Amino acid sequence: MTDLERPRGGVPAPKDWTYAPAPEARDVVTLADRYGHFVGGEWIEAEETYTTISPATEEPLAEIGQATPAEVERAVAAARDAYDDGWSTISPSERAKYLFRIARILQERSREFAVLESLNGGKPIKESRDVDLPLAAAHFFYYAGWADKLEYAFPNQRPRPIGVAGQIIPWNFPLLMLAWKIAPALAAGNTVVLKPAETTPLTALLFCDVLRQAELPAGVVNIVTGDGATGAAIVKAEGVDKVAFTGSTEVGKAIQRELAGTGKKLTLELGGKAANIIFDDAALDQAVEGIVNGIYFNQGHVCCAGSRLLVQESIYEPVVDKLKRRLATLRVGDPLDKNTDVGAINSKQQLEKIQELVAVGEEEGAEIYQPPCRVPEKGYWFVPTVFTNVAQSYRIAQEEIFGPVLSILTFRTPDEAVEKANNTPYGLSAGVWTEKGSRILWMAERLRAGVVWANTYNRFDPSSPFGGYKESGFGREGGRHGLEPYLQLDDSEAFGG
Amino acid sequence: MSRLPVKKTYKLFIGGAFPRSESGRTYEAEGQNVARASRKDVRDAVRAARGALPKWAGMTAYNRGQVLYRIAEMVEARAAEFADLCSGRDEVERTIDRVVWYAGWADKFAQVIGSSNPVAGPYFNFTVPEPTGVVATLAPDEPPLLGLVSRVAPALTGGNAVVVVASETRPLAAIELAEALATSDVPGGVVNILTGNRAELAPWLAAHMDVNAIDIAGADGIAPELERAAADNVKRVVRGRADAQSPWEIAAFMELKTVWHPVGR
Amino acid sequence: MAQAPVLPRGFELPLEPRLPRIGSVDAVALEERAASLAKRSIKREAKVFALELAIRMIDLTTLEGQDTPGKVAALASKAIRPDPTHADIPSVAAVCVYPNLVPTAVARVRETGVKVASVATAFPSGQSPLDAKLEEVRWVVEQGADEVDMVIDRGAFLSGRYAKVYDEIVRVKDASSSAHLKVILEVAELGTYDNVRRASLLAMAAGADFIKTSTGKLPGAATLPVTLCMLEAIRDVYEETGRMVGMKPAGGIRQAKQAVQYLVQLHETLGVEWLTPDLYRIGASSLLNDVLMQLRKERTGVYQSGDYFTLD
Repeated sequence: MTDLERPRGGVPAPKDWTYAPAPEARDVVTLADRYGHFVGGEWIEAEETYTTISPATEEPLAEIGQATPAEVERAVAAARDAYDDGWSTISPSERAKYLFRIARILQERSREFAVLESLNGGKPIKESRDVDLPLAAAHFFYYAGWADKLEYAFPNQRPRPIGVAGQIIPWNFPLLMLAWKIAPALAAGNTVVLKPAETTPLTALLFCDVLRQAELPAGVVNIVTGDGATGAAIVKAEGVDKVAFTGSTEVGKAIQRELAGTGKKLTLELGGKAANIIFDDAALDQAVEGIVNGIYFNQGHVCCAGSRLLVQESIYEPVVDKLKRRLATLRVGDPLDKNTDVGAINSKQQLEKIQELVAVGEEEGAEIYQPPCRVPEKGYWFVPTVFTNVAQSYRIAQEEIFGPVLSILTFRTPDEAVEKANNTPYGLSAGVWTEKGSRILWMAERLRAGVVWANTYNRFDPSSPFGGYKESGFGREGGRHGLEPYLQLDDSEAFGG
Repeated sequence: MSRLPVKKTYKLFIGGAFPRSESGRTYEAEGQNVARASRKDVRDAVRAARGALPKWAGMTAYNRGQVLYRIAEMVEARAAEFADLCSGRDEVERTIDRVVWYAGWADKFAQVIGSSNPVAGPYFNFTVPEPTGVVATLAPDEPPLLGLVSRVAPALTGGNAVVVVASETRPLAAIELAEALATSDVPGGVVNILTGNRAELAPWLAAHMDVNAIDIAGADGIAPELERAAADNVKRVVRGRADAQSPWEIAAFMELKTVWHPVGR
Repeated sequence: MAQAPVLPRGFELPLEPRLPRIGSVDAVALEERAASLAKRSIKREAKVFALELAIRMIDLTTLEGQDTPGKVAALASKAIRPDPTHADIPSVAAVCVYPNLVPTAVARVRETGVKVASVATAFPSGQSPLDAKLEEVRWVVEQGADEVDMVIDRGAFLSGRYAKVYDEIVRVKDASSSAHLKVILEVAELGTYDNVRRASLLAMAAGADFIKTSTGKLPGAATLPVTLCMLEAIRDVYEETGRMVGMKPAGGIRQAKQAVQYLVQLHETLGVEWLTPDLYRIGASSLLNDVLMQLRKERTGVYQSGDYFTLD
C-alpha cells in the first residue's frame, strides 16, 4: 500500500475481541415442579402431563398438564360462569381498570417474564426483554383504554361481547401472543379459555399469577395446557362462542372446516412467505439490517418473517456481500446471554423441519451460505443461513420454513417485484426498501399483504392492525380493528360471521 | 290477428357478454327457459372476474362511485320492466335507492374503516381497506332483485369483482339486471351473473382456489358444506343478510392493509 | 491557481452502479442499529481490553482561547503517563492543540510515542481564504505536528460546491506532506445523515487518512449514529478499493461506558482490523479520567473517587 492508503504508526490490531459471557440472572424465576390447569381462578390437578424443556440445553423445566376434553369442558364452563356472573355486565370502566392493572404488573415483573420466556422458548434475552415484554404490557395498556369506549369505536353498531372466546396461540411469541388474544377479548367483555403452545407453556402459567395479583374475577381467564388435541377440544367445545387461532395454515384450515356451519366467529392468523424487496436506490446498510431483522429475528420463527429476499439485479452483488459479512457478526448461542443475537430453535421437531427444507434447497440447486459459527452441542441450533441462486419454483421459495433461512431471488423492474412478491398463496406481510417516496406507495398499493413495512421490517405496535390476506388468515389483531372479532355488532357480518 | 311477440332467450352474463351455458342446458323458471350454468361456466366467470379486477379495484373511488350511480340510472330507466320481474315497483325503487346509497359510499368508506395508527416510535402508520378480490355471491331467493343487489352492491363499492348465482326460482330480474349493467359503465367481468341450479354451482365456487370470499346469503341448507369447502384456501365467508344496508357490509368484503414508514430526516 | 479537479468516478450521481455509490441513509434505521449495538453487555476481561484500547486511542485535546504553554505541557504529561501510579497504563495516542501550542506540545512528547495533532485551516469555522489555510497547515507541520485536523468548508458544502470542498482537501493533504490528515466534517452543521455520508465519501476520495465528526465547538458533536454512518462509508470505500481509512469521533464522549459503546460499534461494523489507534481515535479530554477510574474499579473491585486521579 502507498503512504496515502495506509496511515503511519504501525500499532497492530489485536487478533480478536471476545466478549465475556454476560448471562442474565436466572434466579428471578421460580418454577414449580408440576403445573395443572388454571380454571375458575384456581389450579386444578392435571390428569395427564408431559415435560417442558429448555430448547437451548434440553434441560427439563417442569411437568405440564395435557388437558383432556373433560378438563377443557371444565375450563369452558368456568369461563361461561364468569361471563354470566358479571364480567359481561360490570361497568366497562371497571373492566378497563383490571386490564390497566395487568399491564402495570407485567411491566413490574418484566425481568422475570423475559428470563422465563427465553428459558422455555430459546429466544435471545435481548428480544424477550426489549420486544416481547414491553409489547405485551403495551397491548394490555392499549386495550384497557378501549374497554369503556367501544361505542365510539363502533358507532351505530351497538357493540356487545360475544361470550366465551377459545384462543390457541403459537410458540414463537408465547406471552406476546397471549396478550394479543386476551387483551382485546377482555376489553370487549368476553371471557377466555386460552391454550399456550405445547412447547412454551411457562409464561402463560406465570401469567396466572399476574391475574391473581390483579384480582381479576375468577374464571374470566382460564389457561389450559397441552398439544394439538387440547386445541381441538377447545375448537369443538360447544360453550365456546368464538375461536381465535394463531399458527400454521394447515391447522387454521382444519379449524375453519371444523367450525363450518356452527355460526361461531373465527379469526385466523396463519403462515406467511413474505417478500422483502430491495430496490437499487435503497439505503443499503439499513436495508441489510432490515433483511437481518426480517429473517433472523427470533430465529426466523416469525409468521411475517421476510423469508424471500427480492433484490434488484443491479445491486445483487453488494447486497449479498454486505449481508454475508453481516451474518458473520451474528452471535448465536445461549439465549440468556445479553449479547446473543440468535438463540435456540424452539423444538426438536422444528429443527428437523428446518433441516429437511434446507436439504431440499440444496438438492434443488440453490447455493447455501452459512457463516463460520460454533453452536453448543446440547440443545437445538441452526446456523443463520442464506440461499442464493434460488428460483421462484423452488420449495424453499414457496414453503414457510419458520427458521433462520433466507432465500434470495432477483428482479429487474417494480412490476416484476410485485408479481414475484404476490406469487404465493400467503399474504401476511411484505417489505419494501427504496428512497423513492412515490415508488413506496405504488408498491404498498400493489402488494397483497396485510402489513407492508417500507424501509423497516418486523415492527409491531398495539395500535397497529396485524393480519393477513389470502391463506395467511382473516381478521386483524391490534388497533381498533382488533376489537371487532370480539364483538357482536349490528349490521356487520364480517369474515367468519 | 294479434302479433306474436319475439321472446327473449335468457342467457348468462360473463365477462360483459351474454353466452349460453357451455353445457347447452336450460331450465324452466318463471315460465321461461333460463340458461342452466355448469361448473365450466363457473370457471369462466371466475376467470372473467379475476381479469376485470385490477382495473376496477385500481379505479379512483370517485370514478367507481360514478359507475355505481350509473347503474342506478340504468335500472331507473327500466323500472317498469323490473317491476314485472320482482315484487313490484316498490322493490325496484328500493333497489335503485340502495345503489345510489352505496354509490355515495365509494369515496367515503375508507375514511370510516381505515385509520392512522399512533405507534410508539418514529413511524408513520396507516391502515387502508382494500378489496379482497373475487367475491362469489349466492343471491337470496327473495326479494329477487333487491336481495341480489343488496349483496352485490357493497362488494362492488369496495372494488371487488363478483360472480353471482341468481335466485334459482326467480332468475329473470337478475338477467334483466345484467342487461342494465351491460349498458352501464361497469367494465365487463366486474359483475358476472349465473343462473341455474344453486346446489350444483355453489360448491364449485366455494371450493374455487381463485375466489377470495363467498357470500352465502342464499345458501339455504348447504351452508355448512360450502363453509367447509371454503376453508381450502381460507376463503372469507360472509353470512350476508338480504336486506342489509350499511357501510359495514362494504367492510365485510375488504382486507385491511397496514403500512409502516419511518419518519426521519 | 486553484482549479476544481474532476470528481472521482462514482462520486457524482449514478455513473457507476457499484460502490462506493453515494447512496443514502435511513435515519430511523441507522439510529435503531446504533442503539441496538449500544446495548451490548461488555464485562470483565472484555471490558478491561476495551478500556485500555480506548486510552491508546484517545487524542487528548485542549482547544481553548485560554490555552497556555503551561496548560499544554501539563496535558502532554498526562498524555504520556495517564496514571502516574500505574506504569502499565498505556499512553494516549496524541495530544491535540491549536497551532500556536504545537511547539510546546512537540517539545514535551518527543521520543515518547505520543503524537502531536494540530487543528488547522481556520478551525473551527473554516471561513478563511484557502491560501491562509494552506499557510497554516504548512506552518504546523514545520513545527513538528504529526497530524493535521482540518475542517471542511461547510459553507461550500451546503451550497452544493462540492468541487471546492474536494479541491481544498486535496490541497491541504498536499500541504501537510507527511503529516497525517484528519478531515473534520462538523456533522452538526450538515443537517442530515445523507450529507454526512456524502461528505465522508468526498473527504476519503480527496485523500483523508481519517474522517472526524466534529470540532467539539458545537453542541451535538459525536453521536453513535453519526459515527456509525461514517463507519459505513469507510466500509464501502474499503470494500471497493481496499483502502483503510480511519475514524475519529470527537466531542461529547466523556464516560468510559460511551467509549466502550463506540468500540463495540467499531468492532461490529469494520471488524477487529480497525481496533488500533492507527485507524481509530477518540477526540476527548475528560474521558481519560473516567476510563482510568473504571479500569481501577475493574482491578480493585471498588468504586473510585475523582480525588485519586489528576486533573490536568
